[in-house]
Amino acid sequence: MLRWIVWRDLILAWRRRADALSTLFFFVIVVSLFPLGIGPETELLRSIAPGVVWVAALLASMLSLGRLFANDYQDGTLEQLLMTPQPLYLVVFGKVAAQWLTSELPLICIAPLLGVQFGLSNQTLRVLIVTLILGTPVLSLIGSVGAALTLGLRSSSVLISILVLPLYIPVLIFGAGAVEASIIGLSPVSHLYLLSALTVLALIFAPWATAAALRISVE
Amino acid sequence: MNLYKYASPTNFYPLAGKIIPWFATPAAILFGVGLFVGFFIAPPDFQQGDAYRIMFIHVPAAWLGMFLYILMAIYAGIGWAFNARLASMMASSISITGAMFTFLSLVTGAFWGKPTWGTWWVWDARMTSTLILLFLYIGFISLQSSIDDPRRADRAGAVLALVGVINVPIIYFSVQWWNTLHQGATIRILQKPTIHGSMLWAMLIMLAACWLYSVAVVLIRVRCIIVEREQNANRFVEATV
Repeated sequence: MLRWIVWRDLILAWRRRADALSTLFFFVIVVSLFPLGIGPETELLRSIAPGVVWVAALLASMLSLGRLFANDYQDGTLEQLLMTPQPLYLVVFGKVAAQWLTSELPLICIAPLLGVQFGLSNQTLRVLIVTLILGTPVLSLIGSVGAALTLGLRSSSVLISILVLPLYIPVLIFGAGAVEASIIGLSPVSHLYLLSALTVLALIFAPWATAAALRISVE
Repeated sequence: MNLYKYASPTNFYPLAGKIIPWFATPAAILFGVGLFVGFFIAPPDFQQGDAYRIMFIHVPAAWLGMFLYILMAIYAGIGWAFNARLASMMASSISITGAMFTFLSLVTGAFWGKPTWGTWWVWDARMTSTLILLFLYIGFISLQSSIDDPRRADRAGAVLALVGVINVPIIYFSVQWWNTLHQGATIRILQKPTIHGSMLWAMLIMLAACWLYSVAVVLIRVRCIIVEREQNANRFVEATV
C-alpha cells in the first residue's frame, strides 16, 4: 500500500513535470535575488548564505504543499483513500514521501551550486547538504498538516503559509545554525543532533495529525 | 444541581449573562485601583525612573497572552474529543482576547524598551517567541474565519491549536538557543532582585483586573457566538432582553 501510493504519486508528478520544476526554479530565483538586493561583497554573502538558502527552501516548500492533497481531493481519490482498510497514517506517510522526493530532493541537489555562488567552502557545502537532508522532511511533514487543514478552502495557499511558516522556525534555526557554525569554524554536530530530533518527532506525530485533519476536512 | 446542563450552549447563554457583571464590575474597579497605585503610590525606579510603570500593563498582558493560548488549546481539544460545541466556542472566543493581549505585550514592550534599552525592538529570546506566539494566534484565527462550516472550523482549529501547543516549547527553546548563539549578553528586564512592595501590589492588582476582564470579555463574545450559531438560542435572547 505504502509503496503503491508513493509510486502512484511519483508517476503523477512525472506527468506534471512542470509543477516540480517550477518549485525548483522558484528556489533558484529567490536565492539569486539576494545578492542583487544586498550587494556583491563576498564576505557578507558568505555570512548570509545559510539563512538565505534555508528561507528560500521554506518558501519553495509552500508552493508544492498546496498540491499535496488538492488534486486527489478534487477528483475524489482522497475520499476513496480514506475508506481503505489501511491505516491512514501510512497513506499520509506515502503521500508526504512522494512529495519530498519530487519537490524537496531537487532543491537539495541544486543547493550546492547555489552555495558555490555564495562562496561557501566544500566543508560547509557538505554541512548544508546534510542539514537539508535532515530538515526538509520536517518541512514536508509539518506542511502536510497545514495542507490537510486548508483543503478546499478559498484562499488555501496563503492560509497554508500563515499556519505553517511559524511552525517551521525551529527547523530554520537549527538548519541555518549548523551551516553558520561550520562557516565560523565551529562543530555543527550539536545543531545536527537537534535537527535529527525534530525529524524523528515530526515523523512520529505529524502524519497522525495530518490523518486527523484529513478526516475533518473530508467528511 | 446538574452542572452538565450548562454544557449546552442554549442553557449556558442565560447563565453567562448573569455571570458577566460579577467579573466586569470588579475588573473595572481593579483597573482603577491598580492604575492609581501604579502611577501615584509606587515610587519611581532608581534606574529606570518612571518608564518602568508600563510594566503594570506589560507583565499581565504577556502573562495572559501565553496562558490564554494554552487555555484555548485545552478548550479546543475538549471540544474536539467530546464533540462539545460550547468548549469549541470558548476556544474561538478566547483566541481573540489572547491575540489582543499578546499584541498588547509586544507594543508595550516596545514602548518600554525605547527609554530603557534605547531601541524599540531587540531580537531577544522572549520577545521573539512572543512574536511567534502572535503568529500562531493569527494562524488559528484566520483558519477558523476562512472555514464556513462551524463544525469543521472548530475541529480544524483544534488540530492546529494542539499542534501549536506541542510546538510552543520547542520554538521557545530553539529561539532561546539561537539567541545565545548570536549575542553574548542578554538583557535582563528587572535588574533589581526585589521590587518595592507597592510596585508588586500594583502589578498583582493589574493582573487580577486583566484576568477578570478576560473572563468577562470571553463570556460576552461566547454569547455572541451562541446567538450566531444556535438558531433556537434566539428565544433566550428574547427572554432575557
